[in-house]
Amino acid sequence: MPENRPLLHATAVTKTFPGTVALDGVDFTLHSGEVHALLGENGAGKSTLIKCLTGAYRRDGGEILLDGRPIDPRDTLEAQTLGIGTVYQEVNLLPNLSVAENLCLGHQPTRFGMISSRAMSRSARQTLAQYGLEIDVTRNLDTYSVAVQQVVAIARAVSLSGKVLILDEPTASLDALEVRMLFDVVRALKERGLGIVFISHFLDQVFEISDRITVLRNGKLVGTQAIAEIDRTRLVNLMLGRELEQETRESGRTDRPEGEAMIRFRDFGRGGRIAPFDLDIHAGEVVGVAGLLGSGRTETAETLFGVTPHDSGAASDAGKPLHLGSPRDAIAGGFGFCPEDRKSDGIIGDLSVRENIVLALQARRGWTKPVPAREQAAMADEFIRRLDIRTPDAEKPVGLLSGGNQQKVMLARWLATNPRFLILDEPTRGIDVGAHAEIIRLIEELCARGMALLVISSELDELVAYSHRVIVVRDRHHVAELVGAEITTNNMVAAIAADREAAL
Amino acid sequence: MTAAKAILRRVAPQLLTLAAVLGLIALVHPGFFDVSIANGRLYGSAIDILNRGAPVALLAIGMTLVIATRGIDLSVGAVMAISGAVAAAAITSGIGLVPTLALALVTGIACGLWNGLLVAVLGIQPIVATLILMVAGRGIAQLITEGAILTFNHKGLIFFGSGAFLGIPMPVLIWLAAGLLVTLVVRRSALGMLIEAIGVNLRASTLAGINARVLLIAVYMTSGLCAALAGVIAAADIKGADANNAGLWLELDAILAVVVGGTSLLGGRFSIIASLIGAMIIQAVNTGILLSGFPPEFNLIIKAAIILVILVLQSPTVRTTLAFFRRDKASAEAKAETVIQ
Amino acid sequence: MLSKKAWMGACALAVLAFTTSGALAQTIGFSQIGSESGWRAAETTLTRQEAEKRGIDLKFADAQQKQENQIKALRSFIAQGVDAILIAPVVATGWDSVLEEAKEAEIPVVLLDRQVDSSDDLYLTAVGSDLHHEGKVAGDWLVGAVGDKPCNVVELQGTTGSSPAIKRKAGFEEGIAGHDNIKIVRSQTGDFTRTKGKEVMESFLKAENGGKSICALYAHNDDMAVGAIQAIKEAGLKPGEDILIVSIDAVPDIFQAMAAGEANATVELTPNMAGPAFDALAAYLKDGTEPPKFIQTESKLYTQADDPQAVYEAKKDLGY
Repeated sequence: MPENRPLLHATAVTKTFPGTVALDGVDFTLHSGEVHALLGENGAGKSTLIKCLTGAYRRDGGEILLDGRPIDPRDTLEAQTLGIGTVYQEVNLLPNLSVAENLCLGHQPTRFGMISSRAMSRSARQTLAQYGLEIDVTRNLDTYSVAVQQVVAIARAVSLSGKVLILDEPTASLDALEVRMLFDVVRALKERGLGIVFISHFLDQVFEISDRITVLRNGKLVGTQAIAEIDRTRLVNLMLGRELEQETRESGRTDRPEGEAMIRFRDFGRGGRIAPFDLDIHAGEVVGVAGLLGSGRTETAETLFGVTPHDSGAASDAGKPLHLGSPRDAIAGGFGFCPEDRKSDGIIGDLSVRENIVLALQARRGWTKPVPAREQAAMADEFIRRLDIRTPDAEKPVGLLSGGNQQKVMLARWLATNPRFLILDEPTRGIDVGAHAEIIRLIEELCARGMALLVISSELDELVAYSHRVIVVRDRHHVAELVGAEITTNNMVAAIAADREAAL
Repeated sequence: MTAAKAILRRVAPQLLTLAAVLGLIALVHPGFFDVSIANGRLYGSAIDILNRGAPVALLAIGMTLVIATRGIDLSVGAVMAISGAVAAAAITSGIGLVPTLALALVTGIACGLWNGLLVAVLGIQPIVATLILMVAGRGIAQLITEGAILTFNHKGLIFFGSGAFLGIPMPVLIWLAAGLLVTLVVRRSALGMLIEAIGVNLRASTLAGINARVLLIAVYMTSGLCAALAGVIAAADIKGADANNAGLWLELDAILAVVVGGTSLLGGRFSIIASLIGAMIIQAVNTGILLSGFPPEFNLIIKAAIILVILVLQSPTVRTTLAFFRRDKASAEAKAETVIQ
Repeated sequence: MLSKKAWMGACALAVLAFTTSGALAQTIGFSQIGSESGWRAAETTLTRQEAEKRGIDLKFADAQQKQENQIKALRSFIAQGVDAILIAPVVATGWDSVLEEAKEAEIPVVLLDRQVDSSDDLYLTAVGSDLHHEGKVAGDWLVGAVGDKPCNVVELQGTTGSSPAIKRKAGFEEGIAGHDNIKIVRSQTGDFTRTKGKEVMESFLKAENGGKSICALYAHNDDMAVGAIQAIKEAGLKPGEDILIVSIDAVPDIFQAMAAGEANATVELTPNMAGPAFDALAAYLKDGTEPPKFIQTESKLYTQADDPQAVYEAKKDLGY
């Protein structure tokens, strides 16, 4: 890492909003040719700092030097021309334009005053080739995966700016292979001398790609350190400002409850979504589901819960047939379901925390039997306390809370119905470290109290930590079941990655 | 107590707007607030607003619920015409008052059921689904009245349009009672919350176990029932069912009332009380124009201008700007105070 | 509207199909706009009655408010070789080519009730009422009724900008011109409907001292007058006595009001446009007598002296 003049040097950056100090005299330096991770819990000030650097916010105080010269970008466009480009988690390109158009938008090559689409395609292909991406650039952007879109966004940002690249949670919706591909691109850019700011909730990834890390907490700088000088526990402590027990489990839990299964699914499947599978659910057991995005994990959950009702097989509850034709049937059977896409399938954004918590219970009781206002308030307050939901009060619209707190509200909604069997689809995705740990602790606690859980997760470490059994899903089939000590990340990766022919 | 305060805070902008419009009318027509008793009933321009606003107020009750589910009901004007025609045809056939009312109201509920089935079961977009009945409904009403104004002289039925109880015109009592009843039903039960939930996020609500389909159908049926009540009142008012003109364009006034009442067309949070005040604001504008004595060529322009001002003042941008200035002023004052100290 | 149209269409087809053409009788085609109002329905009824009276074989076609249907009906009449065609045109423009076809086939065309923008040698004549004249008859009546006494008039206009509203207003103003004791103090649109007539009258009453300073109401149609009468009654005044009421159209319901002493006068817009049309056609077909290009129907004034109850009985079954 070159220790000469820093590429970007920010000192004492301050930003206040009415009622809060979002950034309080934060220093930040970025050298060219380094990947610098910016870490902190939600609300720590990461995005505020980024927005001050890119001109999305005007800072209230402090100085920013780029290549030694003071800059004061008034908007992101100005920051871009100065050399600071940003790529967000939700790719902010135009999905219905072609890849080439997205890359060249605003500076299309022209020929006699007309846009030359051939020249545009050629330059787009050349640009993407530098990133090891060989795709048909004339197709619309939205025909490609999020990872490809991400790379296109990076390519565009680099070609426009070329000095500093800010990646704001770029890996949040990528699977493991895609993350690898993205990291290859990042390493190549680092070689070319760009300074890269990397924001992520995934600590593994931070340790894999970063050279240095800066931790923020409550708008203040906690510290900046080289990655080699810090370990995981220390980092989490810095971020949370408290000790968190390090998860050290190497293989799955072996204290699997004995006895008869509570709910049995036989030949349970849905044409076009998930092939028929058998599944036994025991009280007090966590069943993990591992697999890549689109492998059939979410489809499994949605079929179990009656969102897309099964068209083959049957479910039985202690020998009695269990009808699961709709979510209402499933709820009546004591099921609960926290979907993967919290925003579109989970929370009711405009309604309050209290209403979101009461909703499933109320729906089950029917409209004629409202939960009395006092009970609602008590219930909301209890869950806010028990799950440590960070909200000023129970009447706050849930859409204004952070992802982790929204997830806790979703859990509270189902816990309020006192379910026997809770299905969690990616319960820890896109939430900050503190909430992440709390949700895992909650999963273990619920299991200990006799609830059965089915948890889908992309984080294999996490599955190892709490699962008694893990179902591996691939190509819309349940391909393997690992029990107890068999549950290791290696075994899961092997099952996920196994050749289909080999498996047969 | 706190609930009452919350409601007051919710409807404060609407109340202020209504007060402003009424104040404006009082400027151009000084005797506006005079209320006397004539023919055993309250009599005055202010009473006219309450009375003439009855159809739109009733439509606005059902429309509020429909809009809260992120839907819209364009058919209410036509349903008014149908149920008015049914009431007139029934009463002239001599089946008596109670069966007549029952028939008219059931007709409205059936129209709502039709809309609800199209929306909730067939999944047709509400604006398209209700457009069908909006266009066809008036034709159905014309079939019933055979194209003419079907007049009747049944005292009992006429009472609902121009009668009065304790001096208060019946239409006023009816919309007040309907508004109160529906508000109580949705707020004392869990209906209000469930309706808001499906309006904000239908899929998430279904996943939480809400029976959205049944709820949607019920909401459109309520809208149909409200429209039927309005249709009976409109027919009773002129002692005849005018299939061509009864409720014509009132669906738009009802939607406007809901919007002026601050319920978002995107669904979710709703307030029936605010919509009712919205209906009164619209009627106050109408009555004010009539009282002002301007040539009729200006009616629509004046109405549009006033509504525009109301909607602009209620727009999020203007509101935040106003709030910003208020805060600015407050903090400036605070600073001034500290300086003085 | 769909079901209504289907029903109407079925009726129209049935009429076309089952009207047998007598060999000797004249055959006349009649393309009617539709049945959007009671008056229109009465016009249809009276046209049928007048045809029957004269032994004319009438072929009736309902256009359901669509010009294309009327053009189709006219072409079908021409193809059938009818002796003459009556048409109440739904719009004023776009008739040239089909009227020329009729002219080439030597079939005389008579326009009923409404005019077209085509050259007047394309049709034989037009029968209609003079809207301006109707207003003047109403104004003349009021002048006679109040004499020299001062009289504040409130006016309920038709739909703003419509030609009946403009012409009936101007005609009435001409009728009262030169009589400075009669003044129009308020004028507002009631959209030709009862509901709006009632609502606007209520506001007139409030604005004019509870109605005490209003001497007469002039309404551009009877429906608005009927609504206004209710408003006046509910305000505790006696329509027809405290406030004189004159309106236009002469629909049955206003005669009931007149019989009850609640309305004073109405000017008839006769739905019998076919009578004069058949007379002109008979003369033309017999010996080629060219009628004038516009035959104005009588704008007959009815007052309480004309036995309104009897007129009501005569009119009530015409389909108004």
